[in-house]
Amino acid sequence: MDPHLLKKLNVERNARRAALLLTHLGDGRDRLIAPGDAVAGALGEAIERSFRSGKSMSVEVDGRSYFLNVHLPPARLVIIGAVHISQALVPMARIAGFDLKVIDPRTAFATPERFDGVELLAEWPEDVLTQTPLDSFTALAAVTHDPKIDDYALQAALEAGCFYVGALGSRKTHAKRVERLRERGLSEADIGRIASPIGLDIGAANPEEIAVAVLAQIIAALRQRPMGPA
Amino acid sequence: MDIADEIRDPLMIAERWMGEGRDVAIATVVETWGSAPRPTGSHLVIDGDGNFHGSVSGGCVEGAVVSEAAEIIREGEPRMLEFGVADETAWQVGLSCGGRIRVYVERLG
Repeated sequence: MDPHLLKKLNVERNARRAALLLTHLGDGRDRLIAPGDAVAGALGEAIERSFRSGKSMSVEVDGRSYFLNVHLPPARLVIIGAVHISQALVPMARIAGFDLKVIDPRTAFATPERFDGVELLAEWPEDVLTQTPLDSFTALAAVTHDPKIDDYALQAALEAGCFYVGALGSRKTHAKRVERLRERGLSEADIGRIASPIGLDIGAANPEEIAVAVLAQIIAALRQRPMGPA
Repeated sequence: MDIADEIRDPLMIAERWMGEGRDVAIATVVETWGSAPRPTGSHLVIDGDGNFHGSVSGGCVEGAVVSEAAEIIREGEPRMLEFGVADETAWQVGLSCGGRIRVYVERLG
């Protein structure tokens, strides 16, 4: 592999931009391709397919073997609420490979002592999410219990097509939430996408176990949904 | 990508090793058949002393890839390795899961 290409590839990956490393397996020569770069013929079609599906593949074109290694941005998890569950969810999701962001305007909760080494924003979701919008590579988990903080974020996540939207709360709490989201003008189909009660039903009995249930549900949503570049 | 990711990310590690002046080989799963443990595109990176990060299988064939990598670093020519079930004659290691994989190993630079 060309060392300059490795550096360029890592720059693209760090910036959450899609990139594809094309290697000619015959002579080992490689090049870096961005989405939309013009590559002619069957090879170009395979490259497009790879970007769309997120799957790396070997292809034969005109008797030559190529390997297409596609790198799409890693899934991101935005957590609304710097609460006990989030303290367990952050390290687990990090190990699973998610980019992370925690948002909570309550400065008593959103302290670096409680959330070391993660992007932590002690601001309102309204302010954060208008500056750095959500996208289809992002999951959102709202766990504050507080409608003033959760509701806007849930609406923004549904409108942005986040691949997962979950909200903490009992069935009774969620029924009230559904009413409020209807008043905000969200459709029944959108509201129906919210996972609530949050997390897979594994009988989770404490914040750490709830975090496991939530992460498993997010991974299920990620892997069971076809994802292409946004 | 945050700091914790960078510590475990094979391609970030390869770049760091290169910056430290180490010899580096990069192994990539380029094709899989059956129930292969790691998907196409997965990387194992190896330095000249046999240190490695990442994986191309569930731990079944990494040892064989690491020893091939030493020669590839020395000679500079990339190689295609193939591993299957109980492939005793070829590599003396196999994938217990019953799959088959091809691994491309090349020197960085």
